[in-house]
Amino acid sequence: MKILVPVKRVIDYNVKVRVKADGTGVDLANVKMSMNPFDEIAVEEAMRLKEAGKATEVVAISCGVTACQETLRTAMAIGADRSVLVETDVELQPLAVAKLLAAVAKKEAPQLIILGKQAIDDDANQTGQMLAALLGWSQATFASKVVIGDGKASVTREVDGGLETIEITLPAIVTTDLRLNEPRYATLPNIMKAKKKPLEVVKPADLGVDVAPRLATVSVAEPPKRSAGIKVADVAALVDKLKNEAKVIA
Amino acid sequence: MSSYVAPLKDMMFVLTELAGLDKVAALPGYEEATTDVVEAILDESAKFTGGVLAPLNWSGDQEGVTWTDKSVTMPKGFKEAYAQFVDNGWNALSGNPDHGGQGLPKVVSAAVQEMWKSANMSFSLCPLLTLGAIEALELAGTDEQKAMYLPNMVSGKWTGTMNITEPQAGSDLAAIRSRAVPQGDGTYRIFGQKIFITYGDHDMAENTVHLVLARTPDAPEGVKGISLFVVPKFLVNADGTLGARNDVHCVSTEHKLGIHASPTCVMAHGDNGGSVGTLVGKENEGLKYMFVMMNAARFAVGLEGLAITERAYQHAVSYARDRVQGRAIEGSPAPVEIIRHPDIRRMLMLMRSHAEAMRALAYSVAAAHDAAACHPDAAERAQNQAFVDLMIPVVKGWSTETGNAMSYLGVQVHGGMGFIEETGAAQFMRDARITTIYEGTTGIQANDLMGRKIAREGGATIKVVVEAMRQTQKEVAAQAGPAFAALASALGRGIDAVTQAAEYIVANYGKNVRTVAAGAVPFLHLMGIVSGGWMMARAALIAQGKLSGGDTDPFYPAKIATARFYADHVMTAAPGLALEVVQGGASALELDETMF
Repeated sequence: MKILVPVKRVIDYNVKVRVKADGTGVDLANVKMSMNPFDEIAVEEAMRLKEAGKATEVVAISCGVTACQETLRTAMAIGADRSVLVETDVELQPLAVAKLLAAVAKKEAPQLIILGKQAIDDDANQTGQMLAALLGWSQATFASKVVIGDGKASVTREVDGGLETIEITLPAIVTTDLRLNEPRYATLPNIMKAKKKPLEVVKPADLGVDVAPRLATVSVAEPPKRSAGIKVADVAALVDKLKNEAKVIA
Repeated sequence: MSSYVAPLKDMMFVLTELAGLDKVAALPGYEEATTDVVEAILDESAKFTGGVLAPLNWSGDQEGVTWTDKSVTMPKGFKEAYAQFVDNGWNALSGNPDHGGQGLPKVVSAAVQEMWKSANMSFSLCPLLTLGAIEALELAGTDEQKAMYLPNMVSGKWTGTMNITEPQAGSDLAAIRSRAVPQGDGTYRIFGQKIFITYGDHDMAENTVHLVLARTPDAPEGVKGISLFVVPKFLVNADGTLGARNDVHCVSTEHKLGIHASPTCVMAHGDNGGSVGTLVGKENEGLKYMFVMMNAARFAVGLEGLAITERAYQHAVSYARDRVQGRAIEGSPAPVEIIRHPDIRRMLMLMRSHAEAMRALAYSVAAAHDAAACHPDAAERAQNQAFVDLMIPVVKGWSTETGNAMSYLGVQVHGGMGFIEETGAAQFMRDARITTIYEGTTGIQANDLMGRKIAREGGATIKVVVEAMRQTQKEVAAQAGPAFAALASALGRGIDAVTQAAEYIVANYGKNVRTVAAGAVPFLHLMGIVSGGWMMARAALIAQGKLSGGDTDPFYPAKIATARFYADHVMTAAPGLALEVVQGGASALELDETMF
């Protein structure tokens, strides 16, 4: 079984995000970038399946600028066998990424695609679902446990109020939640080997995909600063404020 | 406890712009050390040290090691962390590929080791000693010894130690008394007590390989009669499996001011018939091999001074941002975070600028070490080796003295809370304290610098270095703006001070050695401060070049500002230190011994 693992290059989770002065977006100049943490969990899960003998090959894929090669090298240092970069300088939105991934998936014909449930930069939580729809494959989102059976997978999902276990037929899309696993640290020999693993670069045009953005960003702003608290006279005043000012209770 | 975030940006800047990583990667054998690979290594090392080693620093300090029944148990979590450290290949980073190492250059391992030491200095001492023992066996071991020990030591499956010091033989190794009795079958039985043995015993690895200094029966007195032996905790069978428990035991551990999670052991050889070992290299030449290792160890301890400064700095910045106390001196509506106070800012700048200066110097020396080892041209090798030899006592002595001063400032930034152990600032100060002592005290480094590295060769190498400094100073002076004017003038005065002091040493060392030697430590400080300033000036020049080229990274203006601060606040000490050297020796010795 072949597993495809899409990984996204995002602003590092340690970096304090700053909005550009003109409000057009987040300032990414000279900022440390890393693999989306949910995608790290996806790579780890693929590796565990490979190590358990359930998978034979793990292919990492990323869509975006040339520097995404670093993210793919990271995936290969964790253990992915090879990788594909769909290279473009165009701003990629979830639908475009899903279309690119679908096109690569048709060529690669994996049995399983594991990706993060969302990326920590735009928090869209759309790519996995769109990809499943485009391919017409089963999907299991927010996975906290994945068990591969014969042509099937049993996936435990984190849903509101508890856990839900579903069975899906392969090929399928799985998106990862935080508790699926704890990603390993890459070993030094694997970091050295990663440079020698194959990394194929293709363009969206090679895949026949139009990646032009469909959504326009109107403005980006910092969250409002917290204002100072006040003292209320009694419980009745508190309830009144919660009802009428904060509108958090009815 | 505060976390540790490796300063990757400055590390990569120093590696690529100041230490010449590309030149190192062009040396035969180091082809794999390209910038992208090194960046990936540092990135992962940062994750590992921050995620695995740093969280054990405080708990290890508080719990300490436990000694029972002649064996040492490490604090909670250390065994698992060490297993992960070994499994992930970190111990083998600089090891010889013939024995399973990755063969990466010293300049890369310096950066990675800085992270180990910042994250958890006690932990880092275990691989430090193993790497030293590997170096000794690589240098002087037989093929059989290498095959028996090196693969497992390079991987870290087995650890190494140096059994050198004895109660009466500390800085003076001529006084070593341990005996090695030949058994006629190529082995020796060792008898004697060794003290201050770092990681002499622990529960993190299945075997420990001790390198032991001892005297054979007919050995001459003094330093010319000391031989080196390899003595494993468990004897190794011909098929590589572990055999009988050797007669070397940890009979107690020391109670120390710092590095509580590093077991400092008293080792007894031969309480039950003698520990079995084999000779490393030639008889009576043990000290020669030891000195080769010692240079590597001195450099590594110098890195500890840098590493502890970086960690103490991060800790202090995090507290200063958080702690609200007092209104701003110019007036403010409410109390402010203490990072707003000018003196706090000055202390943080002292810590920051020193860390950057020490890093630049240490990595540059590491790069010169790589060139000295591998450059195809013999003259290049010799020139780089001379630079390394001159700078090792500076990196060791100056960086560790500075590490103490900076971790002291780290406590000071915390105010009263710094004096309370729970904030964690005090641990860095306590851990730093040993660094100016072991592997040769500051006084010994200073004597080495002054006597062996300058006076003995008539100041030949230092003249070359001073010439390089003057070249940098000219380039700085040619730049516009007040920052570069301040840098040029401070560096100019610093170079003059070094020149004046070095000329005095060369002229007077032979005639009046005691008086000159009384100024050895001030001279060491002078060399450190000015060498660091030279590096900061080079960094500022490169930063200016980037800015002129249109780069907008705020890292570069910050680098220039930090270099200027160093010129204004640190380099200013240079002329005074030169005076101490050339004028201060006599008064240090004037009082008769009986007056003390």
